[in-house]
Amino acid sequence: MNNAAPTRGRMRLYIGSGKTELFLLLVLGLLFLTFGYFSDVFFTVFNLMNLLRQTAIYGIVAIGMVFVIISSGIDLSVGSVVGFSGMITAMALVAGLPFFVAILLAIVLSAGIGLINGILVYDGKVPPFIATLGAMAVVRAVIMLVTNARMISGLPRAFIDISQATLFGVPLLAVAWIVLTIIAYFVIRKTVFGRSVFAYGSNKEAARLSGINVRRTIYGVYIYSAVMCAIAGILLTSRLSSATPTAGSGYELDAIAAAVVGGASLSGGEGSILGAFLGAIIMSTLRQGGTLLGLNAFVMEIIIGALIVVAVLLDQLRRKQGGTK
Amino acid sequence: MSNIAEMKGITKHFPGVRALHNVDLEVRAGEVHALVGENGAGKSTMIKILMGVHQKTEGEIFFDGAPVDIKNPLHAQSLGLGAVYQDVNLALHLSVAENLFMGQLPKNKFGIVNHAEMYRETTRIMESINVNVNPRAIVNTLSVALQEMVCIGKILRQNAKLVIFDEPTALLTTEETEQLFQIIHMLKEQGVGVLYISHRMEEIFRICDRTTILKDGEKVATVNTADVTEDDVISMMVGRSVQDMYGIEHVPPGEEVLSVKGLSRKNEFQDINFEIQRGEIFGMFGLVGSGRTEIVHSIFGASKPDRGTVTYKGAAAGYKNPRRAIKAGLALLPEDRKGQGLALGLTVTDNTNMASMGQIATLGVLDNRKGTQIAASFVEKLSTKTPSVYQLVKNLSGGNQQKVVISKWLAADSEFFIFDEPTVGVDVGAKVEIYKIFENLVKEGKTILIISSYLPEIMGLAERMLVMYEGKQMGILTKDQFDEERILRLASGIQEQERSDSPS
Ligand SMILES: Nc1ncnc2c1ncn2[C@@H]1O[C@H](COP(=O)(O)OP(=O)(O)OP(=O)(O)O)[C@@H](O)[C@H]1O
Ligand SMILES: [Mg+2]
Repeated sequence: MNNAAPTRGRMRLYIGSGKTELFLLLVLGLLFLTFGYFSDVFFTVFNLMNLLRQTAIYGIVAIGMVFVIISSGIDLSVGSVVGFSGMITAMALVAGLPFFVAILLAIVLSAGIGLINGILVYDGKVPPFIATLGAMAVVRAVIMLVTNARMISGLPRAFIDISQATLFGVPLLAVAWIVLTIIAYFVIRKTVFGRSVFAYGSNKEAARLSGINVRRTIYGVYIYSAVMCAIAGILLTSRLSSATPTAGSGYELDAIAAAVVGGASLSGGEGSILGAFLGAIIMSTLRQGGTLLGLNAFVMEIIIGALIVVAVLLDQLRRKQGGTK
Repeated sequence: MSNIAEMKGITKHFPGVRALHNVDLEVRAGEVHALVGENGAGKSTMIKILMGVHQKTEGEIFFDGAPVDIKNPLHAQSLGLGAVYQDVNLALHLSVAENLFMGQLPKNKFGIVNHAEMYRETTRIMESINVNVNPRAIVNTLSVALQEMVCIGKILRQNAKLVIFDEPTALLTTEETEQLFQIIHMLKEQGVGVLYISHRMEEIFRICDRTTILKDGEKVATVNTADVTEDDVISMMVGRSVQDMYGIEHVPPGEEVLSVKGLSRKNEFQDINFEIQRGEIFGMFGLVGSGRTEIVHSIFGASKPDRGTVTYKGAAAGYKNPRRAIKAGLALLPEDRKGQGLALGLTVTDNTNMASMGQIATLGVLDNRKGTQIAASFVEKLSTKTPSVYQLVKNLSGGNQQKVVISKWLAADSEFFIFDEPTVGVDVGAKVEIYKIFENLVKEGKTILIISSYLPEIMGLAERMLVMYEGKQMGILTKDQFDEERILRLASGIQEQERSDSPS
């Protein structure tokens, strides 16, 4: 009992940190079975692929959100950045710039917004909620001003095709989401940056005194989040074959919900990329299944709202029992 | 005397850990009962079960003769149990009076809080234990000692019949400890039962009537303190006797490594001057709040001094942040374990590697296997009691948490170590191990600056000692000038009469 037995310890780690994910997998399984039972179109390939396609975009946003939440911050500007990135991409494409220039431009400019968030939070000591709330309003207003609140269409066919393309039958959107999830999983577990985010989110002062580069860590999480939003914005524009000025509104809630259902704690230091992935799928499954069963859309939103609260409640309960029983 | 509380056959399992196994404990009215044992022996778990913080897996509890099933802390409180935990748990932003009356504010007939009465009562209670504190004072402006007294006041107001102290003197000065002992004596006179946990044998032998010894979650014995010696208790605790705790070998000092000149920071410390040589163990002593911690934080780049210079290895050392200081070869083990030392929600491995991630990373990618090995090697070296290196630090016992902080800084492979209260909450056996590590560090040519409020420790380890009083440097004593009385006089602000050059 005294000394760490590595093999047993390692197993404990995987089981221990996998509890939330296993639980989510179970919930997802139950939802699939229920909807599959009541609707005969639910289990069609078309429907499942559509499900992935729909989830992918805000699932990508949720990846960045997990980083921010682990650092004990929050990013409310994600929806606006999604819209912003879409607008930049569309404008660049309409102006005839090559694909990759347009995409790069969108990513770099969005990262700039993330950097500003980071500067406000680290150097300005503005609480993340306020800093990103400001960014959310300002960026949305900029979009409205620049586009005159009109949508930008007339995008090249090839760009629109991106969102329709598949790889071995899987929508490219979903492939992008899965790849980004794997990368983030690696970053969070195996890099100095990832562990610094945990350390800082768990105890700011201990992290600082341990020589962790706090500035880089905070800038890092907000930039990471913004870049995820930029990618989501590009994909959304392709999917809608135009950039609408309101694109991305409300994503902040979906992304936060996915992260929290996936086990992230708003007080920082806790969160899981895999959990957010599953959290996002569960929410879309509920929405889509509800539509298939012809449930009222508002009723569905009530169910989803309740799900978020229940997920967190259950997790709290499980944690408490693990701790004291 | 009758038993106030009786715990019978208590067993407690945590996931992967058997914290207690079939432990009996009884506390009589009007007795001070000590509970001792190594780090992780199960002392805190015992009292947390009594206080309703944890639920026992098996066993029975009797309170005032009747069987009770203590469900939660509120229930324990209503039964007449009160506890002063090592980490003070008060509402830091509320006043003393509000803390005393929390949840039961006195109201007038309109339901409005009756502040006058609340303040009057608070003053009365605090005066009854000879503590002079403004009932309107906000708790976080008070010293640690006063906060602890407020905790005691809170318990007294609830008319507790059993009061539990979990390592109450860890951060108190000698004088404050005396005051606490007087309060404990008063409680005893009033027929209150006291359960007292401490790693300091001399305290146990001064105030405790009986002593229960735990080892690895099992009860070894309950003895009348008067019938045994310190050595007996220690060997029952650790299974061997511990002699000459501070007998470490010093090395002849080398060249000067750190020099501090005229260092000042407003409201914290003024005009501090000292030099430290390579291989030296340099002590800093003073009451809590005398500016020791603030000085080392300034050296380490954690706060900015207003005036003065620090030179490290011949180069100016005005580090902008701790990261730079660490790069230069410094390490600072902070005093406040929970606030500054540990990320409680992360694992032993994460915490051990926190200050040395650079060493196990290539281009920002960590070699987690190496990190785990390092953590495991320190768990072994310091005999940290944990089921695995993946255990969350918040699930370790207090002393074992402290060992993790120490590991973090040893892993960082620094040249100059600043240890601020390094052995708070660490048991006797582990202390000896830690002192051995200090000895090896100086043998390897490293240098140590150690702060401690515990006089025997600092007198035993340090070769020279700087004594502080309210931010002022009262003097630097060499080993041959170490004398308890003289040090305490300096630490309470009494100047030396022109005799500093003639060693006494
Ligand atoms: N919440 C918890 N979850 C898992 N294990 C725990 C938890 N709390 C305590 N333990 C384990 O139970 C054992 C006893 O811990 P306890 O805190 O009672 O020790 P202690 O005697 O107070 O030690 P110390 O002198 O270090 O304070 C330890 O091995 C500890 O790791
Ligand atoms: Mg303890």
